[in-house]
Amino acid sequence: MIYEEVTSGSRTRRTLTGAARVLFALKIDGPLVIGLALIAAYGLIVLYSASGQNMPTIYRTVARLAIGTVAMLLLAQINPNFLRRLTPWLYAAGCLLLLVVAAIGHIGMGAQRWLDLKLFRFQPSELMKLAVPMMCAWYLHERPLPPSWPSLAALAGLILVPVGLTAVQPDLGTAALIAAGGALVIILAGLRVQVMAGLVVLGALGAWAGWGFMHDYQRKRVLTFLDPQTDPLGAGYHIIQSQIAIGSGGVFGKGWMNGSQAQLEFLPERSTDFIFAVIGEEFGLLGLLLLLLLYVFVVSRAIFLATQTQETFARLLAGSIALTFFVYVFINAGMVTGLLPVVGVPLPLVSYGGSSVVTLLAGFGILMALYSRRKLIGS
Amino acid sequence: MPAVRIKDHWREQRMFDQRALVAGALMALATVGLIVRLYSLQVINHDKYAELSQGNRVRNEPIPAARGLIVDRHGELIAGNQPAYQLELVPEEVTDVPKTLASLVEIGLVRSEDVNELERTIDSSRRFDSVPIRLRMSDEDVARFSVRRFEFPGLDIKTRQTRFYPNGGLAVHALGYVGAISESDLKRIDRAAYAGTSLMGKLGVESAYEKELHGTNGYREVLVNAQGRSVERQGAFVPDLKVKSPNPGDDLVLSIDLKIQRVAEAALAGHRGAVVALNPNNGDVLALVSMPGFDPTLFGRGITAREYNGLNNDIDKPLLNRALRGTYPPGSTIKPAMALAGLTYHVVDPAARKYCAGSFHLPGSAHIFREYHNEKHGYVDLDDAIAHSCDVYFYGLADVLGIDRIATFLAPFGFGKLTGIDISGERPGLLPSREWKTKAFSKPADQIWFPGETVNFGIGQGYLNVTPLQLAHYAGIIATRGKVWKPRLVSAYRDGEGKLHEVAPQQEGEVQGVSAEDWARVVHGMVGVTQHGTAAAIGLHAPYTFAGKTGTAQVFTVAQNERYNASAINERLRDHSWFIAFAPADEPRIAIAVIQENGGAGASAAAPIARKVLDAYLLDADGKVKPPT
Repeated sequence: MIYEEVTSGSRTRRTLTGAARVLFALKIDGPLVIGLALIAAYGLIVLYSASGQNMPTIYRTVARLAIGTVAMLLLAQINPNFLRRLTPWLYAAGCLLLLVVAAIGHIGMGAQRWLDLKLFRFQPSELMKLAVPMMCAWYLHERPLPPSWPSLAALAGLILVPVGLTAVQPDLGTAALIAAGGALVIILAGLRVQVMAGLVVLGALGAWAGWGFMHDYQRKRVLTFLDPQTDPLGAGYHIIQSQIAIGSGGVFGKGWMNGSQAQLEFLPERSTDFIFAVIGEEFGLLGLLLLLLLYVFVVSRAIFLATQTQETFARLLAGSIALTFFVYVFINAGMVTGLLPVVGVPLPLVSYGGSSVVTLLAGFGILMALYSRRKLIGS
Repeated sequence: MPAVRIKDHWREQRMFDQRALVAGALMALATVGLIVRLYSLQVINHDKYAELSQGNRVRNEPIPAARGLIVDRHGELIAGNQPAYQLELVPEEVTDVPKTLASLVEIGLVRSEDVNELERTIDSSRRFDSVPIRLRMSDEDVARFSVRRFEFPGLDIKTRQTRFYPNGGLAVHALGYVGAISESDLKRIDRAAYAGTSLMGKLGVESAYEKELHGTNGYREVLVNAQGRSVERQGAFVPDLKVKSPNPGDDLVLSIDLKIQRVAEAALAGHRGAVVALNPNNGDVLALVSMPGFDPTLFGRGITAREYNGLNNDIDKPLLNRALRGTYPPGSTIKPAMALAGLTYHVVDPAARKYCAGSFHLPGSAHIFREYHNEKHGYVDLDDAIAHSCDVYFYGLADVLGIDRIATFLAPFGFGKLTGIDISGERPGLLPSREWKTKAFSKPADQIWFPGETVNFGIGQGYLNVTPLQLAHYAGIIATRGKVWKPRLVSAYRDGEGKLHEVAPQQEGEVQGVSAEDWARVVHGMVGVTQHGTAAAIGLHAPYTFAGKTGTAQVFTVAQNERYNASAINERLRDHSWFIAFAPADEPRIAIAVIQENGGAGASAAAPIARKVLDAYLLDADGKVKPPT
């Protein structure tokens, strides 16, 4: 009964306040955006301290946040159906660009992650963080769920090609996040628990077999993760210093711009990958709990929005975007606190640099686009 | 036929909600896991990490304590501290170290033979730490560098405290010197206490009183960044840093009187030998000379191998402290002790006159013990025998006493053992005895003590060996009629707060069993030495009476049928010249021993030196005897 819904919608609209009306018209979800804005603001405060009071760093970050916000607002306006039809082209273009980057990197005899577009540098792998889950959701959109075995095989291919191309750059952190984005779509699509368990067992066997094939230095890296003290000045240095930073912060922290580990540069990558430790040192356990609370709020809200969408493509994509965001947070926090190995994953919206801010906000723009059109697509 | 599956939107929606719920739960679980981890780091192990973080950021920079000054008994400075200019290089600020060093060689600030060593030192230093390139620059060096300093980025002239000896080599063998702390020193000292100190005492008072002179270094907590570079502050990080001030070392007041020391050194200058003058009433060392000496400053500024080898291989052995470590036969200076032994054991009647025909021989032996220069003294009593140093008299006396009584009697006079002076390096010399000979020789035939050896002992020849310090000590014991005071160089010290502490003199006992008359008889004999005896020329016109005894220590054994002819033999084989004395004879204020190596007879070489020292100590500017203080 489409007609009734529209009238009920208009009745609702009449009760809205002016600001909410504006947000609704802009297809913006107020609580989500407020959550993101709070995280970004908190991030800027921390970054000012972590960068050694470097204003240019702050300006550049604000500029990136602005670009990301514009991308988010624009993408929120997009019609999900149009987005879905665009998906295969976007995915193909992304793969092509990854190949170009790989070729340039090969010719240039070095690691290559970005294309220099003169105006700005563009990382195709960032694009793939969104394009891969979109492609998976697109693939599953018309198919019955849970996905069949052939579908799973096709999806595996769709994920592994860009992941492989990113991994050879080499950018293992981004590759893992791309894979996570795709995998989350499949899991949300109803991948059977038995299959998941099987994959976990296979993974463990693979790790065991892989140990035998590893070079000494690779094994050392793994051992250093398990016990950083075995190499306190080499690979273990980051993790030891970051644990000292967090631990010495205590419950209340040493105070803004007072973290000796961060300010005296004992903490490596203090404004980028290890900024979580700066928060722990300067704002203590309470500061970190506040940050985690904000993240959990944003992800919960995003998951809620995903459940409110009504189409397979929208649901799967929105769910993946929401959960990937949490995966970012968990991998970064886990790495900085010594729970996970050190892989270069930034703390979303807080770590300085890269185009990940833009990608993240663009993702939330898409999520809001998917959510806000839910009532226009009738069942 | 496979079942055709159709999309079931409602079921998919429900499944998605379910999965989203599970995902939410997993997220909550992961978050709780993170929080548990954070709790472990920030609450349970907070103290451990706080300490680690403190250790990271704070480094203790030592503040060296000022080394104590050394002054003589009248407060004249002997060793002080002086800021010295040194050229230092900061490696990270120098683009081309070899080229810079080459330029420094060109303008004469670095010796070309030092370049390799310097490069190694620079390479092994931290990039931001200043490396000393040249120590103790002269004003001229400073000027030469200053006009061209624009050519040398990363090099600068710094001032550092170094040890300063205003009188150069004066009293160097008492004073010692400071030198760079060596590998072996590092094993002995408390490294923490010496952090920031580069020099330490190596010999003499500088070494013996190292602990007192060194003081306690302080430290300053310095904020450092991850590279170890010291920073004022980083960001808004406001350091809360401790400073502990150093406690300067104690200033030492030596018993040495630099005026006497100068006179003694001047008198012995140009010869090899030693002078030790003591206050016999408390053991204060008034002068301690060993010639030749050396300039202690060489060691403080970093002695070169060439300079060190030069000193070490010098035939005159300037590094040898003859006063403490030179051992010589005492020669006739032993005679007063022999006389005392004879009187105490009642084997000699002081008034009995014995005939000296210039030689002595033991009954049943063909061996002739000669008089020095084959003199014939005729009839001599004890007084004459001491005054004229009659060997024949003492050959006979020693023979009657026998080695056992001699060795027993001489021991309390300090022979054959350390005097216990408060600097190290002293040698005990040798007081021979039957037991000693049994231990010292392996062949049974050599272990027997021969009567002839006792006879030789009577005139201080043979195995008996003494240091100049021991002889001065011995002269002091006779001067005080048997009181034994431990010789000392440090008589007081001034602590960091400026409070003066006297060091109590230490009496080591007393020579027992010698009667006052016997002391007086021997002292009278010794006064005779300077009035009408062997040193009469030296005692002439002395405004005070003084007791003395000449001695001649044989270096070269004269064969039985030969005569000793000083001019005919090599200078270095000539006899050593001894003189011991104390003055004024009845109320002694100073006891002295002088040896001039290869100086010949005691009266001609050593005695004039002793007289100069006694005059310097006892007389005022007008040549009158100063009243006792």
